[in-house]
Amino acid sequence: MAVQVFKVPDSIRKNAKFSFCPGCDHGVAVRLVAKVIDELNLREKTILAASVGCSVTLYDFINVDSVEAPHGRAVAEATGIKRACPDKFVFTYQGDGDFASIGLAESMHAALRGENISAICINNTTYGMTGGQLGPTTLLGQKTTTSPTGRNREYYGYPIKIAEHIALCDGTAFSARVSLDTVANIRKAEQAIKKAFEVQLKGLGFGFVEILSTCPTNWKMSPDKAHERVRNEMMPVFKPGIYKDVTEG
Amino acid sequence: MSYITIDRDRCKACYLCMDECPKKLIKISETTNALGNKIVEFCDEKGECLGCAMCAQRCPDLAITEVYKG
Amino acid sequence: MECLTGKKILTKGNYAIANAAVMAGCQCYFGYPITPQSEIGEFMSGKMQELKRAYVSAESELAAINMVIGAVSTGVKAMTSSSSCAVALMQEALSYASADELPVVLVSVMRGGPGLGNIYPSQGDYFQSTKGGGDGDYKLIVLAPSTVQECADLTYKAFYLAHKYKNPTVLLADGMLGQMMEPVEFKKYPYPEIDNSGWALTGAKGRDGRIIRSYAPLAQDRCEFLKKLYDKYRIIEENETEWEEYKTEDADIVLVSFGSTARNAKIAVKKCREKGIKAGLLRPVTLFPFPHKRINELASTAKQFISVEVNMGQMINDVKLAVNGKVPVELINKPVGIPPSPDEIVRQIEVYNGSTSF
Repeated sequence: MAVQVFKVPDSIRKNAKFSFCPGCDHGVAVRLVAKVIDELNLREKTILAASVGCSVTLYDFINVDSVEAPHGRAVAEATGIKRACPDKFVFTYQGDGDFASIGLAESMHAALRGENISAICINNTTYGMTGGQLGPTTLLGQKTTTSPTGRNREYYGYPIKIAEHIALCDGTAFSARVSLDTVANIRKAEQAIKKAFEVQLKGLGFGFVEILSTCPTNWKMSPDKAHERVRNEMMPVFKPGIYKDVTEG
Repeated sequence: MSYITIDRDRCKACYLCMDECPKKLIKISETTNALGNKIVEFCDEKGECLGCAMCAQRCPDLAITEVYKG
Repeated sequence: MECLTGKKILTKGNYAIANAAVMAGCQCYFGYPITPQSEIGEFMSGKMQELKRAYVSAESELAAINMVIGAVSTGVKAMTSSSSCAVALMQEALSYASADELPVVLVSVMRGGPGLGNIYPSQGDYFQSTKGGGDGDYKLIVLAPSTVQECADLTYKAFYLAHKYKNPTVLLADGMLGQMMEPVEFKKYPYPEIDNSGWALTGAKGRDGRIIRSYAPLAQDRCEFLKKLYDKYRIIEENETEWEEYKTEDADIVLVSFGSTARNAKIAVKKCREKGIKAGLLRPVTLFPFPHKRINELASTAKQFISVEVNMGQMINDVKLAVNGKVPVELINKPVGIPPSPDEIVRQIEVYNGSTSF
């Protein structure tokens, strides 16, 4: 008798088809979020503050109550939702541009206030939806449509290390960076997302996971080569790890 | 016997699952889906599938909808 | 200040607004300080904590208004308050809230602009609130109090209309009203509570997740949505247009003025009458919906309209549209600061009508 060891998470909307490009890791991240919502039995108490970017239609994929936010303001909306309804589970799912560029003030201050919300941030080192421009996480040397000769610090400045910055905020309960480049790392990512959700449920403060992700289309790479880039170029700069966890020690 | 189920309409032909399968049981099919993608198919004539679900974990589009281990 | 009903107290417009909001059942206040409305947030910070409601000192006006969007998406009453150059920062969110049909309440206490301007009273944000600075086609309901009592009463009404029509609503006061003290009586919240169980986000218990969104990749969807939105605006115009008239029945000259400025215009009408000039006043209480129809009716009998404002002439555009060329429309204004005095208004009326005797 065969045992089912994998299924589409119940929190994924029926017949949902992701709108991401072929091979994009966003889809893996969305699945993991839905799976953790299932595991923690959160679907019927969740409210999502949706963001702008490739993640914009998350509400079409995950079957929870959702409200859209202007670009960068998802964390502010999540704050409003949680303050109005402290018994709900409230989270955001944003890109690095949304979370760490246009929305950096909202992100940092929510973490500083220790808002009991959880935020997932996809870091793919570029503005994906608009066609691959330089973003806050674009690596030094990386060519984009707005850094045609590569990002150099004199002209463009440095990329931001989001998980480290969020970990420095006193109100942060959990901050981690994970990668989706291998199945082993996908499993670690799932555990980190779970932790970021659990700290909210325990009322400990801001839960955050930065997910290193691919953008094969704008990187102009095959999906498997894109994972190699995550390993060889991104992970040495954006080191995966748990940067803060108030539940440990 | 272990096996996987593929939702042909969800497959976007990124082929990440093919590399992931330790037994190389996923191959490019001759058929295309409504998106025009040359989708993958599961070929396990010798019953080698381990039911490890690595393919489903890797698939970014939930195109591998079920994995059974037996 | 106590949340008591049935007795008159002397208080500032800002406190009247804040107390009325608490009494209207506002569950969440999010704000960032700016003169001349900072007393609202100061009052709220203590009162909301005391009542175990939510108060957040937001990191910016952008954050504050978006926190309001988040809170009201769950169906509760929530608000922010701000002023001119900072309300400018909120325009994006107001466009989103209009498109998402969310009952956001914004108290906008006008100061001098453009830019950082100054903290003197002003009515320079008539355009900002009625024409909008956000993207796309949308309308905010705009209520303009002219007394401290009305600051309280229209705050109640702002919450009611916002929820009744699922539309962002602005209470448009000015620095004069915010800072001046007058007797005010707080009634019980006089409006019915609106059932929002059909749309509010409560967690998708036993149902699919609701989505509050404006993002519409298909043109056809957007066309249908905008038609529906404008049908709603038409209903608001039919049902909610509110104004006050004073001695307009036989008026040759109709002054149109809103907010604190309308008080001087009213006295000017009295003074005109003493001089035998048949003047009257129409004071729009709702700036959207604007009393176009009534002004057009009056234009059939009156000989002249004069818009009296503390700005460079903004509402005058709507007065002209309403009058639709039937009679001349003039402007009496101060660019910023204290409104034109009744005597100044009378004098200017006489200048405009130098050779004409009414």
